[in-house]
Amino acid sequence: MPVETILSAITNTLDEQMAKDDTIVVFGEDVGFEGGVFRATKGLQQKYGKERSFDSPLAESAIIGSAVGMAVNGLKPVPEIQFQGFVLPAFNQIVAHVARYRTRTKGTYSLPMVIRMPYGGGIRALEHHSESLESLFAHIPGLKVVIPSTPYDAKGLLTSALQDPDPVLFFEPKRIYRAFKQEIPDKEFKVPLGKAKVVKKGTDITVVAWGALVREVEKAIKLLGDDINVELIDLRTIQPYDKDTLVESVKKTGRFLVVHEAYKSFGPGAELISTINEKAFLYLEAPPTRLSGFDITVPLPKGEHHFIITPERIAHEIKKVVNF
Amino acid sequence: MLTKQYDPLKGKILEVLDYKGKIVNEKLEPKIDDETLLKMYKTMVLGRIADVKALQYQRQGRMLTYAPIKGQEAAQVGVIAALEKQDWMVPAFREMAGMLYKGASLKQLYLYWYGNEEGNHFDEDLRILPISVPIASQINHGAGVAYAAKVQKKEEVAVAYVGDGGTSHGEFHEGVNFAAVFDLPLIVIIQNNQWAISTPREVQTKAETLAQKAVAYGIQGIQVDGNDPLAMYIAVQEARKRAIKGEGPTIIEALTYRLGPHTTSDDPTIYRKDEDVAYWEERDPIIRFKQYLIDKKLWTEKDDEKYNKETTDFVNKTFKEVEKTGLIELDEVFKYTFETMTKDVAEQLADYKEYLKEAK
Ligand SMILES: Cc1ncc(C[n+]2csc(CCOP(=O)(O)OP(=O)(O)O)c2C)c(N)n1
Ligand SMILES: [Mg+2]
Repeated sequence: MPVETILSAITNTLDEQMAKDDTIVVFGEDVGFEGGVFRATKGLQQKYGKERSFDSPLAESAIIGSAVGMAVNGLKPVPEIQFQGFVLPAFNQIVAHVARYRTRTKGTYSLPMVIRMPYGGGIRALEHHSESLESLFAHIPGLKVVIPSTPYDAKGLLTSALQDPDPVLFFEPKRIYRAFKQEIPDKEFKVPLGKAKVVKKGTDITVVAWGALVREVEKAIKLLGDDINVELIDLRTIQPYDKDTLVESVKKTGRFLVVHEAYKSFGPGAELISTINEKAFLYLEAPPTRLSGFDITVPLPKGEHHFIITPERIAHEIKKVVNF
Repeated sequence: MLTKQYDPLKGKILEVLDYKGKIVNEKLEPKIDDETLLKMYKTMVLGRIADVKALQYQRQGRMLTYAPIKGQEAAQVGVIAALEKQDWMVPAFREMAGMLYKGASLKQLYLYWYGNEEGNHFDEDLRILPISVPIASQINHGAGVAYAAKVQKKEEVAVAYVGDGGTSHGEFHEGVNFAAVFDLPLIVIIQNNQWAISTPREVQTKAETLAQKAVAYGIQGIQVDGNDPLAMYIAVQEARKRAIKGEGPTIIEALTYRLGPHTTSDDPTIYRKDEDVAYWEERDPIIRFKQYLIDKKLWTEKDDEKYNKETTDFVNKTFKEVEKTGLIELDEVFKYTFETMTKDVAEQLADYKEYLKEAK
């Protein structure tokens, strides 16, 4: 089995699916010739030609808006937004059209497309290169939001996304693009959308995370040693998220902590905790809790350490919830 | 009017100095006093040395991601030199030399690329807006600054920068159009350095020039040799006069070249040829401007050597000061979300401090 990083798994999955489905087109700023600033689409133009992998003019609204038209007319667009911080000029297209076309046309046009973009902090980058904006999109009916945390899931989820009948936003945790490798099957496989993964079984507390923070929680679990038996869930799909797995887990552990980089107020944690309150209230032994980014603009690198959620802080928070 | 003489639709390019520093058009040579000429040159050299050094520091792991200006100094300094103190500079992110000329300190500009918000904390008097990373968005800010100047009858113009790639963006179109409709005192400087990361100019527009976009907006536009500080100066001088008289915005396309990488994360060898770089190295704005000053007997090779050495020392010393600033205090990152911290955010900060205490 080939050994892949998240990044190489994405490239190879695009390659595999483009070979199989000649309606797939990848494009965006610097996507074609050089294969994107992170090289996620490297080699695809050379292999599939300039019509199926190309550099777009610098305009996010055009990138997503044209994807709408392509999807209507028989292509399967896979636009890349260079960094999540730069999706905002396309917010109108995504929210006003991508999310609504199926509804608006009563299903005549469903806009199957995958909008890829790197997201998240911790890479000591310039302004607008560190945010986690998943809740902005997960809030909108009609958008699926997917975030892998391993090379295996990157391939499996991306394959599912590319074969999904509806538009999928695929957020790639760039901090761990190349952080570690994993053996993954060479042939096609799918990880279903909307299905969380129990990364580690446990009995004392349910901790939910996604993207780069899954590994941080794993580190926190190591720090805690044998004292606390954590059940770790990787949410993987933010919308529609896997309520059943969360609720089942909390019914067993009685405690719930969600950890995310996104800002706190009206963030993803608020949604998950509401669900826990609604569906597992009588099982709770401590208030369901969130550990999240603060409600401040992500600081530039020399102050970013205050914002980044460390394994130590996660461990501390887990102890607090367990010892409530 | 220069914009008529140098009609971008006819492929005309405004130049005063050729690439060897000889005057190509004597009638156009601006009457700039010696002190200003020297300030322009010295700022360009300071910008260059600071640029080369920033790249070195970054390679040594002492500086964060940095966007080089090498080769574009004239397109920045030539513009700001033609402004008045009260005029506004609305930068994109690749204008370090222009910001220096406008009065920003190198220490502060370095702090930005060092990952510290202090780098955007300019004195109000400088009239420099913060660096704008979202491409082309600042053009609209420039339009607003110009609108405020106009309705308050202030004798000010706004000069907004954008790159060639940025001209593809909706924000560029919207901002220029807005300014045009209201005849606002906005000057848009397009630093056409031929590349937007790995994407060449041809992929951005079918138009022959970027300056000709002005025609469709109903405003003046001109293509200028952006490596010629004197040509940039006179183009801005004329645009400023028009703007102040209420005759609306101007688009100035500065033809230049990014000699360095897009940023320190970029590898330009993937997408461009060494010959192209060599061609543009010969057209380096500093080489020609130095020759011009030498010919005018304002400067000598010896002065140059001395100034380069002093400036290198100054840049090194400045960077040492920057490095002394280290990490940012916790309270500082919480301080500027609102004038008064909201109760919830204050609680988040207090909880975090509590954690830090317990974690010790
Ligand atoms: C809205 C937006 N999209 C994408 C980016 C990422 N990005 C940063 S610089 C750049 C290319 C800019 O090219 P150009 O406008 O020619 O300016 P230059 O870098 O050449 O100075 C891109 C795509 C961004 N900063 N903002
Ligand atoms: Mg450019």
